[in-house]
Amino acid sequence: MKDLSRHINMRWLKPPIFLACLLPLAHLAWMGFHDELGANPVEYITHSTGTWALIGLCVTLSMTPLRRILKQNWLIRFRRMFGLFAFFYACLHFTTWVWIYSGFDVHAMIDDVYKRPFITMGFTAFVLMIPLALTSTSGMIRRLGGRRWNMLHRLIYVSACAGVIHYLWLVKSDKTIPLRFAAVVTVLLGYRVIHYALQRRQQAAAAKRSTRESVYSA
Amino acid sequence: MLIKKPSDIPYSEITSKSVYMNRRKFLAGVAAATGAATLGARAVSDWLEPRSVLADQAKLGPLAKSPFSTTEPLTPLKDVSTYNNYYEFGTDKSDPARNATKFVTTPWSVTVEGEVNKPRKFDLEELRNLAPLEERIYRHRCVEAWSIVVPWIGYSFSALAKEVDPKPTAKFVAFQSYYDVKQMPLGPRAGIELPYVEGLRLDEAMNPLALLTFGMFGETLPNQDGAPVRMVLPWKYGFKSVKSLVRIRFVKDMPPTTWNIANAHEYGFYSNVNPQVDHPRWSQASERRLDGSFFGKRIKTLMFNGYGDQVASMYNGMDLRKNY
Repeated sequence: MKDLSRHINMRWLKPPIFLACLLPLAHLAWMGFHDELGANPVEYITHSTGTWALIGLCVTLSMTPLRRILKQNWLIRFRRMFGLFAFFYACLHFTTWVWIYSGFDVHAMIDDVYKRPFITMGFTAFVLMIPLALTSTSGMIRRLGGRRWNMLHRLIYVSACAGVIHYLWLVKSDKTIPLRFAAVVTVLLGYRVIHYALQRRQQAAAAKRSTRESVYSA
Repeated sequence: MLIKKPSDIPYSEITSKSVYMNRRKFLAGVAAATGAATLGARAVSDWLEPRSVLADQAKLGPLAKSPFSTTEPLTPLKDVSTYNNYYEFGTDKSDPARNATKFVTTPWSVTVEGEVNKPRKFDLEELRNLAPLEERIYRHRCVEAWSIVVPWIGYSFSALAKEVDPKPTAKFVAFQSYYDVKQMPLGPRAGIELPYVEGLRLDEAMNPLALLTFGMFGETLPNQDGAPVRMVLPWKYGFKSVKSLVRIRFVKDMPPTTWNIANAHEYGFYSNVNPQVDHPRWSQASERRLDGSFFGKRIKTLMFNGYGDQVASMYNGMDLRKNY
């Protein structure tokens, strides 16, 4: 597939996609003002922001596989934006818990993180995203160096898994939606495992070839 | 039929070649546009005139007042009828209101059987007229840590029990809810075994607070709230209050209960509201009272949901941590 950026300047896509990422929040606010969040708005807002954080993580994780499979390198430009939006919705989700649910009761929250496994998972997923958000700028990539930055940002794999487990552990009986997220994350991470394994095989084969050649050319 | 001679058709009426060659794409486009327009029109009409989720309810009365009623502010009817756990109609809180609109609740009968001297089948009218209807404004506390205040309509279950005359061998009462995959196609995906069953110890069922319920807010029950007849047990977590009753059986042994079958570690037989015994996954020490304000109010949960005066004596000597 030909690289589409040869025909369209992908930079023009950034503003509309940025706005599209704000739509879930806009929709939530609109519903809030029109009293359409149901009988328990706190629960609705918590659920909605958490879901969008997970969706954001999945979209972020899908950039590299799509880039490689469809051979569209320009997709990498959007990875940071999607990742930061995932963090943004995770912040909203976390803020709802801290402010509305817990009323800033620090003791109750610490209690929750220690005693309620699903909250431990959620807290973990959120906390791991913080260093990623803080080091998301080009300046930070330069300061850390490509290798170290890439290693740090692999934490998103842990965060995505923790997020899915958090969801799975909080539902009462209907595990349908958390399991769908689990399937998506499995595929997205599975792709990387396979890609890494294939790369190693290619490198090993290349190494064998070069030693053989050097033996014969000696 | 008038068949025009070829020379009667003016040149301007001949379909252009490009339109003719693309006619299939054109038709597909029309179909798609019609589909989109229909959905769009539906969305717009829904937005302009939201479909009511309350079917026509009938007024119930006259209603006697009850000393068991609380004076706390009521949760708005809109909230009580659009925020429901009725998994047979879908597992989202808003599903039952949307999916139960066509649920058929007449004719309806409730079979009362088992260890009783006068087992029989009641049709709904008979059952409703068995005793004078009262309005009971109860707190209703869900195991998920939210609560509402609802003006239920019904009479104490003990009146029905007296009518069927339980034998001395009756130690428990088992309840069964309506289940029919045709009317409840989302039932198989509920994640719990259906039909929904529940149970009480005989003394719990005979407690005056146990309400055989036929209505709320002055009218018959909306479908999503458990029409046409249900139980309400205000001192227990809401899932003990079976909806859409079809069968009541007086039994010798502790009967199975749906949530206990689904997850015995989390849901016990008694499930009394108890702030000191946490759910394994979340605290039960507080709850969010849905009082119609935007965020509701976080309040401390009361032992037995505040009905200790009427029910605590039934559990004297029982370890309520073990018998959760």
